[in-house]
Amino acid sequence: MKRVYLDAATSMPTMEAVVKEMLPYMTENYGNPSSIHEMGRFPRDGMERSRKEVADLISAKPEEIIFTSGATESINLALRGTLPFAKERKKIMISKICHRSVRATATALKTSGHDLEFLPIDKFGMIDVERSSGIIDNGTSIVSIPFASNEVGTLQPVREISRISKDAGALLHIDLTMSAFQVPFDVTDVDVDLATISSPDLMGPKGMGALYVRNGTRITSLLQGGGQERGLRSGSENVPGMVGMGAAARIAKERMEETSQGLIDLRDHLINGLTEIPHSNLNGHPTERLPNNANVRFEFVEGESMLLMLDMNGVSIATGSACAQKTLEASKTLLAMGLKHEEAHGSLMFTLGPYNTMSDVNHVTGIMAEIVDELRSMSPTFNKE
Amino acid sequence: MVRLEYSKKVLEHFKNPRNVGEIEDADAVGTVGNPVCGDMMELSLKIKDDMIEDIKFRTFGCASAIATTSMLTEIVKGKTLKEAEDLTWDDVVEGLEGLPPIKVHCSLLAVDGLKKALYEYYRSKGIDRQDLKPNEEDDHDQGEEEKEVGPIV
Repeated sequence: MKRVYLDAATSMPTMEAVVKEMLPYMTENYGNPSSIHEMGRFPRDGMERSRKEVADLISAKPEEIIFTSGATESINLALRGTLPFAKERKKIMISKICHRSVRATATALKTSGHDLEFLPIDKFGMIDVERSSGIIDNGTSIVSIPFASNEVGTLQPVREISRISKDAGALLHIDLTMSAFQVPFDVTDVDVDLATISSPDLMGPKGMGALYVRNGTRITSLLQGGGQERGLRSGSENVPGMVGMGAAARIAKERMEETSQGLIDLRDHLINGLTEIPHSNLNGHPTERLPNNANVRFEFVEGESMLLMLDMNGVSIATGSACAQKTLEASKTLLAMGLKHEEAHGSLMFTLGPYNTMSDVNHVTGIMAEIVDELRSMSPTFNKE
Repeated sequence: MVRLEYSKKVLEHFKNPRNVGEIEDADAVGTVGNPVCGDMMELSLKIKDDMIEDIKFRTFGCASAIATTSMLTEIVKGKTLKEAEDLTWDDVVEGLEGLPPIKVHCSLLAVDGLKKALYEYYRSKGIDRQDLKPNEEDDHDQGEEEKEVGPIV
């Protein structure tokens, strides 16, 4: 059976070239980078080279990159680490298109006396700039937005939100997790204080991430210990992980244009094929979207059923249906965009990687039509004309 | 992630559901659930001499919703009305060799669908069997405590 993996947003393979660069830092250059002796110097050199590679991806300075254990930790550090300096500013602003780790962190901070508010979004899953400008004010401590919705792929008006946040004197955190390997981002171009980057989403090793902290940003650590990473992330460094993330960032930057164009071709073909199925519609913005994201809703059928039937046919995807979540809650992103519950239940997320081919896309669009037909034939909500 | 929690029997019923469709000259039809909540089931019955001669279903929902309705039709086909009335969600779950705890509500809904069809059947005969009438309260909680500004659609 042909296997097609269209769930890049959930996990991607680590590039073989990356693994090759990591291996010597496990078996040969195993010293502790904090050691003064020569066995400490090799890993230290590798670590600092990698820091520069990650910094280069977003045109930052190496000292502005703090390595972490992944996007979740970066997000926690960005939000929790800066709030002690927020003084009278008590309002955290996020959006319903953010990743659940942003939402969960911000929600937890409500118990320590902070208010949580959501930026308005439109039917495409894009933050509404005009209506946001009145809400981000001098009581706002930090604004956290993704560069792109991880679910519907809509690219966000980061420049405008940056301007509004800066005018209000609020900090701005941007989550680059989904976009970093496929859409360029430049911290010298967009005024941002903090930015999260995830290693596995660059096809680097899992268990690694980074937080960009602009020079001069007041921030404190979540962990106490040996004071590594400028005191912001104590604990002996995961040098192989850093080297892997650095390699992945370097390769991502080198190939960005080619990756992006290749993905757009596949994505558009996929969207066209899927929306040819009657009663199916694209979720998210038609053009301002991640090159690798196709999110489509199929009326009269439910997502988990489609997901399982695709799985039985060798195809891996994700769904916004409540029935496939541990909490039985429908996707907050889709509901916030104004979709009805039953539309959210019938939404599927297809996310491509550089390893996918046109043959994969054709395979999926072909069997998708059959699966939707089969499920509709047993759906009481589907009235056959 | 969810798939691993389903028994082979659930996946088998999902893949090859029994008794799909609707009986055109049905003696009773029971519809329960709501697509808003993610599950909706419709059961149609042909009844002869107090026996379920034929039963068909249509379901909108997840694999577990489809498998439970399929299993239920298999269990009660050919049974007497009395036997069908006594069916519990336990019987359906047992027939499916278990359901993930989070999916047990599907079996309750399927049994409700059957009871509702039987209620309608008796009612058409002038018998009011309130004991068979399922609670139809909508437990779909859309409460949202966070403050937010809604979308412009």
